[in-house]
Amino acid sequence: MSETDSHTLDTVILDTATRLFADLSTSETINAAEKGEWPSALWQAIEASGLHLTWVPEECGGAGAGMLDGFAVLKAAGAAALPVPLAETLLAGWLLAQAGLEVPEGPLTIARGEHRITNGAVTGVALAVPHARSARQIVALARDGARVLVVAVPASACVLTPDRNLAGEPWDSVDFNGAMATLSAAAPAGLDADSLDAMGALVRVNQAAGALGTALELAIQYAGEREQFGRPIGKFQAIQHMIADLAGEAAAVNAAADAAAEAVAATGTVDADAWVEIATAKVRLGQAASVGPAIAHQVHGAMGFTYEHRLHHFTRRAWAWRDEFGNETVWARRLGDAVLGWGADQLWHRITAVTDK
Amino acid sequence: MSSSRFRFPRVTMPDAARALRQEVREFLAAERASGGFVPMADCWASGFSAEFSRKLGQRGWLGMTWPRQYGGHERSFLERYVVTEEMLAAGAPVMAHWIADRQSGTQMLRHASAEVKNRALPRMAAGQTFCAIGMSEPNTGSDLASVRTRADKVAGGWKVNGRKIWSTGAHGEGCDYMISLVRTAPADEKARHQGLSQLIIDLKAPGVTVRGIEDIGGQVHFNETLFEDVFVPESHLLGKEGHGWSLVVGELALERSGPERFLSSFIALREAMQVLAANPDDRTREVLGHLVARIKTLRRMSLGIAGLLQEGKSPETEAALVKDMATRFERELIEQLRVVLPEAVLLSSSGVLPRLMREAILRVPSSTLRGGTNEVLKGMIVRQLGLR
Ligand SMILES: Cc1cc2nc3c(=O)[nH]c(=O)nc-3n(C[C@H](O)[C@H](O)[C@H](O)COP(=O)(O)OP(=O)(O)OC[C@H]3O[C@@H](n4cnc5c(N)ncnc54)[C@H](O)[C@@H]3O)c2cc1C
Repeated sequence: MSETDSHTLDTVILDTATRLFADLSTSETINAAEKGEWPSALWQAIEASGLHLTWVPEECGGAGAGMLDGFAVLKAAGAAALPVPLAETLLAGWLLAQAGLEVPEGPLTIARGEHRITNGAVTGVALAVPHARSARQIVALARDGARVLVVAVPASACVLTPDRNLAGEPWDSVDFNGAMATLSAAAPAGLDADSLDAMGALVRVNQAAGALGTALELAIQYAGEREQFGRPIGKFQAIQHMIADLAGEAAAVNAAADAAAEAVAATGTVDADAWVEIATAKVRLGQAASVGPAIAHQVHGAMGFTYEHRLHHFTRRAWAWRDEFGNETVWARRLGDAVLGWGADQLWHRITAVTDK
Repeated sequence: MSSSRFRFPRVTMPDAARALRQEVREFLAAERASGGFVPMADCWASGFSAEFSRKLGQRGWLGMTWPRQYGGHERSFLERYVVTEEMLAAGAPVMAHWIADRQSGTQMLRHASAEVKNRALPRMAAGQTFCAIGMSEPNTGSDLASVRTRADKVAGGWKVNGRKIWSTGAHGEGCDYMISLVRTAPADEKARHQGLSQLIIDLKAPGVTVRGIEDIGGQVHFNETLFEDVFVPESHLLGKEGHGWSLVVGELALERSGPERFLSSFIALREAMQVLAANPDDRTREVLGHLVARIKTLRRMSLGIAGLLQEGKSPETEAALVKDMATRFERELIEQLRVVLPEAVLLSSSGVLPRLMREAILRVPSSTLRGGTNEVLKGMIVRQLGLR
């Protein structure tokens, strides 16, 4: 029935998150985190606020907030370049809750792929597990014969090889190495490594949408302040037009992120329709995260190329996130396959079906 | 920090719009099957068929949002959106009525005298009268306030002298009116936006000469229109004398906000898929994935604008942003298809797809010009961002 229903977002949750991040995710904290210092005050404040349980239903020990609230928090987290695994904890919480598991304490993370579990012992290796060294538990999918289980393994029981992503965030490889799962339960039908990847991709799209939004704000601000040839550089049309393009890219990613978030929120899972929206959003991010940061840096001149200036907190994250959980090439091929499957005659029908439910 | 500067709210089609979509699809399928039209690229700017427009008028698909009193159908913006996007996706010949339905009629509804509304709007909604846009002049393009066409006050109205150019479809059968931006008071360099008015000029009136201009594809698409002592009655003034600038800004918002800015060449993609499905390599898959992702995102944004209009907002900057991005995408669409289509398609001129590709390639430079160039649109965007 409805025409233009703005989401049923809980603004209190988003406001809490935005305020908390503004206070505690400062440039100093982000830089210190990159040097290896765990931002404990920030994480404690997050746990105290319950933001990390946004996607966990009450029966699994969570806050019982909506999926859309979680995506909004993720955008805010990206906009603040949050240097703690809130996104990963949300994703892990969602995955555990899918299997009806109670969500354990502390920061969590996700290992992609499908691992193996035999008599409770998990084996397998996952590369580039975000914040693995800071996580208390690593949540993953593991196969036991024909069954796929959601499992949680204490990070301390795994063999970690430290590495970092482009943004300098911990990005470790994890060898489960036969560690015993502390939690395990059957994954519901339809939940597999692909749908977990899709959910991870959407998490990254939302964070990156936030990061690009901040890169835009910084560019607008800098263009208004920096003077050359006797006037603010923002008065030069070349600069104005670049910023207009950046605004467009940020708006497009935000729109694609919202469309996908709403599709996921409709069922709480990644069904076939939501998958298409996620593929769309991750492909769109690929473009925006290439064009957008390039513009932001161009506008900022050499100052924006320094470690001291905080622009890189956002551009480097956008660059890292566009590649995680499948980059635009991977997702475009998958989406292209799906489109070929629809066929020419169904192409337009599928495009319009999104709004015609 | 604000997470996003521009808002594109989610739109879900109401039941009525969904039912309407079904009806429109059935109509279009039957028309295409019976040879009622052949699909064209950029159909809203090159597919002229007065007969087709009348058929749409009979079905109540023109002037959809206007009051019944003036031949309209009092339907929602979203229902109108459905009809327009279905027409575009099918490549249907909708050029004849496009301007009247999209902007001139609505502009008259908002600002014209009762006499004009009673006379013109029902005929427009029936697809019997069409309109042209009279903004540009030989020396006036992006700098629209510089128009020189003069309207001098005479008994009962104005006497108009000057020249309009690039007016799409002004030569077409049934194109009766041109909403023209004219000077009703001399230009003052310090107040350039004052002294302008919008007049409805009857293109069949004495003193009007319409001369067709061929475009790069050899089509007579647009025109030069000469006004020599053309009498325009007082009842043909839109709004108030001297308020032409704010009126034309409103008209441009109508012109810029629709789905034609990203769907002009969709029909080429649809037809290309038949060929590409035969032997898709990775590159083809990738291109299709990219194109569909872009289209889906643009549609989300474009519909967001319709949603904002429905909420009673005036999303002019949002429309400029989407038009800028969408029209650049139209160029990419056709270029990306080109590089994955078999040579046989590109080197041939017979068959539906080869024709669509050629049409689309030749039409595409106009996408980023008509309705305000992308450079002008970017100017609007940065003004909203506080940089101008
Ligand atoms: C197919 C087609 C149909 C059209 N139909 C109509 C119609 O029905 N009615 C009508 O009135 N007009 C119509 N137009 C005209 C259209 O609105 C103009 O082409 C457009 O506004 C640009 O004006 P111009 O062509 O004079 O270019 P110019 O304004 O001379 O611009 C030339 C180039 O300079 C750039 N430029 C100009 N000023 C600036 C600036 N300040 N900063 C940066 N760059 C700038 C422009 O962006 C453009 O790239 C049509 C045009 C086309 C191509």
